[in-house]
Amino acid sequence: MSGVRILVGTRKGAFVLTSDAKRGRWEVAGPHFAGWEVFHVKGSPSDPNRLYASQSSSWFGQLIQRSSDGGKTWEPVGNQFVYDGVPGTHLWYDGTPHPWEFARVWHLEPSLTDPDTVYAGVEDAALFRSSDGGWTWQELPGLRACSGSAWQPGAGGMCLHTILLDPAHPGRIFIAISSAGAFRSDDAGKTWRPINRGLRSEQIPNPTAEVGHCVHRIAMHPSRPNVLFMQKHWDVMRSDDAGESWREVSGNLPSDFGFPIEVHAHEPDTIYVVPIKSDSEHYPPDGKLRVYRSRTGGNEWEALTKGLPQSDCYVNVLRDAMAVDALDPCGVYFGTSGGQVYASADAGDCWAPIVRDLPPVLSVEVQTLA
Amino acid sequence: MIRVALPEHLRTLARITGEVQLDVRGDVTQRSVLDALEARHPMLRGTIRDQVTLRRRAYVRFFACEQDLSNELPDATLPDAVAIGAEPFRILGAMAGG
Repeated sequence: MSGVRILVGTRKGAFVLTSDAKRGRWEVAGPHFAGWEVFHVKGSPSDPNRLYASQSSSWFGQLIQRSSDGGKTWEPVGNQFVYDGVPGTHLWYDGTPHPWEFARVWHLEPSLTDPDTVYAGVEDAALFRSSDGGWTWQELPGLRACSGSAWQPGAGGMCLHTILLDPAHPGRIFIAISSAGAFRSDDAGKTWRPINRGLRSEQIPNPTAEVGHCVHRIAMHPSRPNVLFMQKHWDVMRSDDAGESWREVSGNLPSDFGFPIEVHAHEPDTIYVVPIKSDSEHYPPDGKLRVYRSRTGGNEWEALTKGLPQSDCYVNVLRDAMAVDALDPCGVYFGTSGGQVYASADAGDCWAPIVRDLPPVLSVEVQTLA
Repeated sequence: MIRVALPEHLRTLARITGEVQLDVRGDVTQRSVLDALEARHPMLRGTIRDQVTLRRRAYVRFFACEQDLSNELPDATLPDAVAIGAEPFRILGAMAGG
């Protein structure tokens, strides 16, 4: 019988939530890695029992954990992330050169075809790859060679947080960095170029600069990988040409600031965002937690509120904390800074909390199990 | 036999209870003790000291015999009581709150 497994990373550990395909009753397992920050947990598309988790703490640094049984048991694998060669400098907050320093792994992206190959997006921003199941990690230095000395951190640090592997064009990878922008490789990560034309950011000296944009998240539907959707610091954007150019599709959103953006599993033009009031007020407008859905690929948005708190709600939803399942109807899930994980089994029409009192949620990923 | 006391999170990571007992050849120093500890429990690499520079992580402390040895040189000899196993070499996370 099919089912759903939700992988939740929080400030104080990881949790695994499971349900059958009805998605009405959930089992909660965890915390795994109790007391540690778990920025991200993700499963291999080619082997759903193979999971990778990024576990870190200010005291004891970065660990990578791997599971081969769907998250029941874990083993620590390699945690040595060394920048290639002499890493040089990027710009610091005051505009002076600052040495590249590894802080943590924000995002793990397993290969579409090989469970032992996994990419890691790290802070300070760089892309690493392991081809031995996480035991050893090698940087793909061509990314930092592409204008890295001009990158500058945002308030949350200079993190590589989005990694999209194009299923139709082997070797094509999209990544995004706060606050450098979006980049694309067409040769499996050897060389890169910025893909930020059409973005406009009033927070940088040249609002249309080639790099320097605070991209919060990019999403793609696997059936149509040339179409990308982006939640930027401000503005929801769309590209129809694999990032060559972008246009704004914020339309009637109450605020176009936010972090996550996600695409419906079966409708490539149905997308979801969670508007946040502003960059200094990281909570929903009017104290109402509303997911907004567009069925037209942007511009026309409807508020989804049924089952979500519509008063006195001041939580945030972080960039990696929203995901969809592949069942029919499509399930949509997100986690909040208040420790709730909400689920909708009907593409967003109705919502209910699976759990209400976890530590602040950093990431949510969903596996649809056969 | 050198005794090493680890903080709870690192005991969990290394899947041990109680103290670690290590044979350390030659001089008993922070470096030789940590080398032996990491050889016994490789998953601890990077959690106590940086894997490349081997410098102590900023929020890790080394105590023994009621002394803070965190800022001693890595090759400085540890107290005799640690070297003969009468006292543990204590590794712990720095106090932090808020």
